[in-house]
Amino acid sequence: MKLTQEQQDMLDGKYGKGTAYAMKIQVAIGESFGAERMVPITRAHVALSNQEADLWFAEKLLNAGARCRVAPTVNPGFCLSFFESRNMVSPEYADLMQRTHNAYKGLGAVLSYNCTPYIDTNVPNYGEVIAFSESSATPYVNSVWGARTNREGANSALCAAVTGFVPEYGLLLDENRKGNILVEVQADMRNDYDYHMLGMMGKKIGNGIPVFTGLPKHISKEALRNLGAELNTSGAYGMYHIVGFTPEAPTLEAAFGGKEPERKVVITNEDLQEELKKISLEGNRQIDFAMFGCPHFTLEEVKHIAERIEGKKLQKEMWILTSSHVKEMAVRMGLDEIITQAGGFIVPDTCPDQPCWGHLNGKVGITESPKCAYYPQRRGIHFVIRDLDTCIEAALTGEVK
Amino acid sequence: MEKKVFQCHKISEGVVEGEAVVSKDDIMFYLIDPKTGTVIEPGHDLEGKSIAKKILIFPSGKGSSVVQADGIYQLNTKGNAPKAMIIQHPETVLVSSAIIMEVPMVDKVDPAFYDVVKDGDIIRVDADHSVVEILSE
Repeated sequence: MKLTQEQQDMLDGKYGKGTAYAMKIQVAIGESFGAERMVPITRAHVALSNQEADLWFAEKLLNAGARCRVAPTVNPGFCLSFFESRNMVSPEYADLMQRTHNAYKGLGAVLSYNCTPYIDTNVPNYGEVIAFSESSATPYVNSVWGARTNREGANSALCAAVTGFVPEYGLLLDENRKGNILVEVQADMRNDYDYHMLGMMGKKIGNGIPVFTGLPKHISKEALRNLGAELNTSGAYGMYHIVGFTPEAPTLEAAFGGKEPERKVVITNEDLQEELKKISLEGNRQIDFAMFGCPHFTLEEVKHIAERIEGKKLQKEMWILTSSHVKEMAVRMGLDEIITQAGGFIVPDTCPDQPCWGHLNGKVGITESPKCAYYPQRRGIHFVIRDLDTCIEAALTGEVK
Repeated sequence: MEKKVFQCHKISEGVVEGEAVVSKDDIMFYLIDPKTGTVIEPGHDLEGKSIAKKILIFPSGKGSSVVQADGIYQLNTKGNAPKAMIIQHPETVLVSSAIIMEVPMVDKVDPAFYDVVKDGDIIRVDADHSVVEILSE
């Protein structure tokens, strides 16, 4: 790979050891993908996770003197003040979150603690070259906004934020942004939840860039968020096209770059139902709690829930995870009060896959998000998966049909 | 005699020998128990099998952008990480995790390798010289 003088100086340590370490990793990544050069970025998003590896790497960079050239927004860990004030988190885990906070603060990150930057806190323009990690974010910014990023890991995105450059390969290049798999959706796409299930078809769709046809004319930002999140739960996808909807796919020909699809896949209602059986606990049972907001819920979704539970009493706990911005708006608009009075909580800055949820260990939850059900398995938390309105009903009655 | 040495492409440096374990499915390291190296993901091709200290052969990674790094990190701290990884479809999340955690990784192995390799073979991965060798079956 050919480096500019500035990039070579970074690698040689003239900008400090931390920057040199970040550059060394990026050069290794670039060389493994056959990149010829490094190009500047204008935005970054780091999928901070508050896990040990995350803290280890952030502190390693910080202790070596690194500071972000391009201040990245970051994913949620958990909201220290919320969980500490309710005695829900052990000192050991509170310390972990505090250290993560301090490390990213030291590195100069934007402490947004939000996993939907493409809606809330860090929206790129068409054609911008950026470095986004967070599995729901990468496909959204590439596909919906037409920005250009590879499917960065949290660590490679942090390196990019430090150096201000990324190796040029993959989805940064025109020729790699064309679709190769035609996905004809015959399933009824009635609501945002159905896009969660469509995204779970990764095994059937296979490796590559899917081009979806047969979807409704209007697709909400929530549906697009869900589709990307689940494509990267069931597989690894940096980008997709929706013909006549996403900017790089005005026509089928444009989506495939004039070539024939390598594969054709049809997705039916039966496919989605079969998948649901595999990933969800069976219904007809009592549930212990409901959880929404993986990825973070929007203000519209919070409003939807508030309208359905206003003046009622939830039989089971309901946790709604959002950005701090959506939480603040919900407070201003009185939605937070409605939800709190019904017995629910809007929790800002928090992810379901965090140690603050220890009290849910061994319990059965309900959620509309397969991603929410997938990762916390390791924490002994299991879920029934249903559409949002069924989940709300279950929290009101305490059971799911 | 069958061909035993195969060309490949280096992703993450290092030279190791170990026992092969082959997965048809993509791998998400977060759903591998760090204490034993056993795959706990329901329905996975390797469900119930251990990848600890093995040469792990699989198509690609899957899962969110943080869990691969943490999964490998946790396996590493317990001494149960794979010795090396041989993949077919490199993706940035997995590649950067391997580089940072210093686990040797190669891709683009001669297709003939996949016709003969099977669980339990003893394999040598020399990422530095871009060679994979089957030492014994």
